[in-house]
Amino acid sequence: MSRPIAPKLDFNTPALRRHRTLRALKNKLAAWGIAGGGLSVIAAVLLIFFYLLYEVAPMLVAASIEPANQYPVPALSQDKDNQTLLLAMEEQSEVALRVQKSGDMTFFKVSDGTILQQESLPLAGTVNAFDVNTEASRLMIFVNQQAQALLVKHNYRVTYPNDQRLITPELAYPYGVEPLNLNTGASPIVDVTLRDGEEAMVIAALNEAGQLQVKRYLKEVDFLSDEVMLEYEAVNLPSIAGHINQVEIDQTMRWLFVLADQRLLHIINLEDESLTQTITLDAVGTISSMSLLLGENSLLIGNNEGKISQWFMARQDDRWRLVMARSFVLETPSAVQAIVSEQRRKGFYVAGEGGQVAIYHSTAHRSLIDEKLVDGDIEFLSVSPRAKDLLVQTKQGMIHHFKVDNEHPEISWSSMWDQVWYEGYEKPEYIWQSSSSSNDFEPKYSLVPLAFGTLKGAFYAMLLAAPLAIAGAIYTAYFMAPALRRKVKPIIELMEALPTVILGFLAGLALAPFLENNLLGIFAVLVVLPVAMLAFGFSWANMPAKIRHLVPEGWDVILLIPVILLSGWFAISISPSLETLFFGGSMVDWLNNDLGVSFSQRNALIVGLAMGFAVIPTIFSIAEDAIFSVPKSLSYGSLALGATPWQTMMKVVLPTASPGIFSALMIGMGRAVGETMIVLMATGNTPITDVNIFEGMRTLAANIAVEIPESEVGSSHYRILFLTGFVLFLFTFVFNTAAETVRQNLRAKYGQL
Amino acid sequence: MMNITFRDWVKSGSPFIWLNAGAVAISIIMVLGLVGFIASKGLVHFWPAAIVQANYTLPGNAPLNIVGQVADSEMVSAEQLHAIGLETPNGAAEAKRLLLKVGNRDVYGGDFRWVLDHHLSEKSYPLTAVAIERREWGNFYGYLSAVYQGDTLVADANGDAASYEHAWQAFQSRIARALAIHDDIMDIQKGEIGSINHQIERLRLEERRLELNDELSDAELARLQAARDVLHAEYAAHQKKLNVLYQDLARDHFTAVEMGGQSIEIKMSEVVRAFRPNAMSSGQKVAHYFSKLGEFLGDDPREANTEGGVFPAIFGTVLMVILMALMVTPLGVVAAVYLREYAKQGITTRVIRIAVNNLAGVPSIVYGVFGLGFFVYFLGGTIDELFFPEALPSPTFGTSGLLWASITLALLTLPVVIVATEEGLARIPRMIREGSLALGATKWETLSRVILPMASPAMMTGVILAVARAAGEVAPLMLVGVVKLAPTLPLNGNYPFLHLDQKFMHLGFHIYDVGFQSPNVEAARPLVYATALLLVIVIALLNLAAIYIRNHLREKYKALEM
Repeated sequence: MSRPIAPKLDFNTPALRRHRTLRALKNKLAAWGIAGGGLSVIAAVLLIFFYLLYEVAPMLVAASIEPANQYPVPALSQDKDNQTLLLAMEEQSEVALRVQKSGDMTFFKVSDGTILQQESLPLAGTVNAFDVNTEASRLMIFVNQQAQALLVKHNYRVTYPNDQRLITPELAYPYGVEPLNLNTGASPIVDVTLRDGEEAMVIAALNEAGQLQVKRYLKEVDFLSDEVMLEYEAVNLPSIAGHINQVEIDQTMRWLFVLADQRLLHIINLEDESLTQTITLDAVGTISSMSLLLGENSLLIGNNEGKISQWFMARQDDRWRLVMARSFVLETPSAVQAIVSEQRRKGFYVAGEGGQVAIYHSTAHRSLIDEKLVDGDIEFLSVSPRAKDLLVQTKQGMIHHFKVDNEHPEISWSSMWDQVWYEGYEKPEYIWQSSSSSNDFEPKYSLVPLAFGTLKGAFYAMLLAAPLAIAGAIYTAYFMAPALRRKVKPIIELMEALPTVILGFLAGLALAPFLENNLLGIFAVLVVLPVAMLAFGFSWANMPAKIRHLVPEGWDVILLIPVILLSGWFAISISPSLETLFFGGSMVDWLNNDLGVSFSQRNALIVGLAMGFAVIPTIFSIAEDAIFSVPKSLSYGSLALGATPWQTMMKVVLPTASPGIFSALMIGMGRAVGETMIVLMATGNTPITDVNIFEGMRTLAANIAVEIPESEVGSSHYRILFLTGFVLFLFTFVFNTAAETVRQNLRAKYGQL
Repeated sequence: MMNITFRDWVKSGSPFIWLNAGAVAISIIMVLGLVGFIASKGLVHFWPAAIVQANYTLPGNAPLNIVGQVADSEMVSAEQLHAIGLETPNGAAEAKRLLLKVGNRDVYGGDFRWVLDHHLSEKSYPLTAVAIERREWGNFYGYLSAVYQGDTLVADANGDAASYEHAWQAFQSRIARALAIHDDIMDIQKGEIGSINHQIERLRLEERRLELNDELSDAELARLQAARDVLHAEYAAHQKKLNVLYQDLARDHFTAVEMGGQSIEIKMSEVVRAFRPNAMSSGQKVAHYFSKLGEFLGDDPREANTEGGVFPAIFGTVLMVILMALMVTPLGVVAAVYLREYAKQGITTRVIRIAVNNLAGVPSIVYGVFGLGFFVYFLGGTIDELFFPEALPSPTFGTSGLLWASITLALLTLPVVIVATEEGLARIPRMIREGSLALGATKWETLSRVILPMASPAMMTGVILAVARAAGEVAPLMLVGVVKLAPTLPLNGNYPFLHLDQKFMHLGFHIYDVGFQSPNVEAARPLVYATALLLVIVIALLNLAAIYIRNHLREKYKALEM
């Protein structure tokens, strides 16, 4: 016997060695690549989380203020007419204006105080009284000894010679250079208040004798020359008690606020020329400063002890009255010396004694900054239009320039989650109203209506989906014939795949009008369907065996389909007669008129039905999976001991599968909370807080879809929308993680059984 | 005689089982009913409905001649009628009310009119009643009266049957001619002129770029100007051609009588299609049906998206989905392979799986917000500053567009692909891996030659499901890229051919926009149903394919696990 000679194989030829090295290298590279790719997925999840947080974070950053420069007050002299009447900055905070009592105006550079330009007023004599309409309007009024009033506006022209921005200040006279004559008596005017509006202008003048006069000028635009003509209209005032200290006029020019004796506040209605209310401010203390907040609807009243309170007119019990909405206190209490409002937001700056400056935001009820900024008392405060620069003039004749970093003052826990008393409202309320066309609008960022709407929509959706999906899952997993189950499951998967835009479209355009006409029919269906199913079930049980055996066990669903269709049709078709019988023809009218329940066509019921439809398959699949994977040995054991199938289901299978069903509900809830298109299309998207099923709502998700395309990048509104996105993310994250953990534990448990 | 008493029946628990069965049945009815409802509404849209003519006489009003197509009908209760001073026929509890599409929006202000059926008299279906689809003002319903070429009468339709037929033929042939010219004009405008405009814009950007880089020499300027001059010359030539075509197009017009008896002059160039539904044979109706269907699938929308086709939306959806699939497939597969084959099973993989499942549960609008903030404003803004400074301040990638939309959706559908692939990998028996390794293959070779090919159907399933999900998703797209009307397709003949920065149209958004934002919702509704049906069909087919592949796969692995 000769053994075959094994062929000599050399595995270590250089070529093979190279080949092996190459393979090992490839293997290693693949391992690195795949690990990198896999980890990048986690990175993606984290990226979403951290990016949302990154956009939200600036809202949490505290405001800060940094000194930039300081210089002596430009054009300062010992002359007594040199007193500062006004400090103002233009849009870019490059040029500032100082108005002196002499009527001279000095434009200077904000950065170093270099004088750029000096103008003097075309008005004879020195200025006796002075006022600014609003800082943002840049309209000033000057009144001289002879009671002649001149209205002047400081404007800025921006040009770009050699690609460099050049700002040229100039004065404008919107009502002509010719002064208005305010005088009616001999006594000179010592104080004046100006309110300029679209259609009229009101001037309140106080003379040396302590008499107050109010003049209204109606505006008429000459359509040929486009010039504004003023038409005088006298306003007679009721008698006012006390020595008048200060006068303010609100934006609507309806209310005149008169502070007298440092403690009495008279509110005079300029329309019917009557005294509406007199408030004794003793509770507030001795008033040291009073000013209007942006929008000229709210009075800010500061007292000797450093307390600033916000007041506005609100209609309560059919009467207008001045109400105090909130108050602020300086950290180191001292007399409030000046209150200056921001020009674009409802924030304001308060100067206390000894150089203390505080920044507050009214709506958010927030104290943003409270620091001693300068040594010595403050003579004048000026906030730039963008509220990024602050000029402080001290009694020592210095101007300090500060940079303010205060991006999101309007956001606070209370402005988002508590009832807030908004200007002009009767009482504190939860309101979401993020934007409007006007600049002095008070944004209302209460998330309560949105969160409420989200939960309301999800609740009604779950009300429909949870019973249907779980009952369906129980039947499909446990009682249904396997052949039928294989057909039913793809149908449910198809249900899950239906785009929500289609569900929303059908809900909004087909279901909503149908429901409005057949409202009772829906409720009739709720009653008729179960009854019909049970009646059919009982009669089927009593059919002769021959007929019953025609349908194999587990196929009963097929029998029920015609029953449901017929009884559903029956319920809908009898509903008009029922409506005539019980509700005088229309249930909607009955709800509206007799019950006082308002009904809107696109309401929570529609959303519940449509979103319920979208959520059913989610819950169904997971619950069915949980029930189906309960080990068969458990149910066999129970059945063998004589329990009926239903008893086995309730006492053995369901308790075992209940964590799975719980996680199905959690995931379903997560889906209902985040659903956007259905809510967007099937509700009116009005952010109201109303449990009424026949009213609409606005959800967090729909709110994002509606508002984010229009919101300005980086604004508070934009960040709040990101915050709501982040809240949605966290909410579903928590729900899903809980559900997933429960499911994984359940799987481990089944493995042991 | 009873098999079982009620009490025993309740005791056995059967009622609850029946109720559970009812829940399944209701769910099935809801799904099938919904799909059926969309199908019935969507498919009817293309069928040429008969035009009815009748006298409508409300008590106390003069009789009104009315011509139109029945669009809908409903029952109104006697009370509602009483409220407006009307009665039901013979005191019945309800009366039938018809919604007639009477068209002629330019004449009557609206397209639709509700009429009470029992006040209609002398209903007829005249063979000569004609429906004319127009480019503006919606459909015209009425009767053809004469066809003109310039000011000369070509054919008068008011004579006997033969002369009417002659006029109809003349009418149809002139419509065909006008349509052909219109097509030519569109070709020139969209093709040649569009391309010239694109090139001029590119020249402008090039000049700006050179200027920004301080490389703008006189030679360069001259070169750019020369190129521009050539383009302007070409443009002028095309414009000349267009003018001739426009003159040709304006040659013919016709007059027609609307239901009130008013004669209306309509330019032939306004007409898209004219037909006489009452005179059509079944064959013609079927042909008409398919021609309308073809228009729906292949044409651009008209009249603020309420008429015409949805081709750009189909195109945009498909292109976006393809781009998304190209991104999500490798990422998802790699992640799944890592989780199943490479990572050590333990707490890390568990956390990752939970994270992936979470990603699947995060509301789609949150992806939209993330996409808008991170991709569009942050990444896009950075890209613009680095690579497209010449176009600033108008953004190139710093605004929502195709690229960002597909990346956002890729992120959204990533979990779908990961879960499906992982499931496929888990099903491959261990012995197959071990066999391959035992033969000396490296891990990578085992993976790439054995495991991945075996798992490819599972990946397919995942990708198909991802595509189905992406095709139906609208909420995030509203933030990162879709528009109601895109002037050009994102893939066209202009360099660089695929315009990733462009906004696009999308079927789902089209439904939302036309159904809810359109000025004429009632007229647009059939089209929305048709669009919805199209979307449902696409998504249902994709899902059924995925289910089929998955079931097939299960059988295959069952055979392996001996």
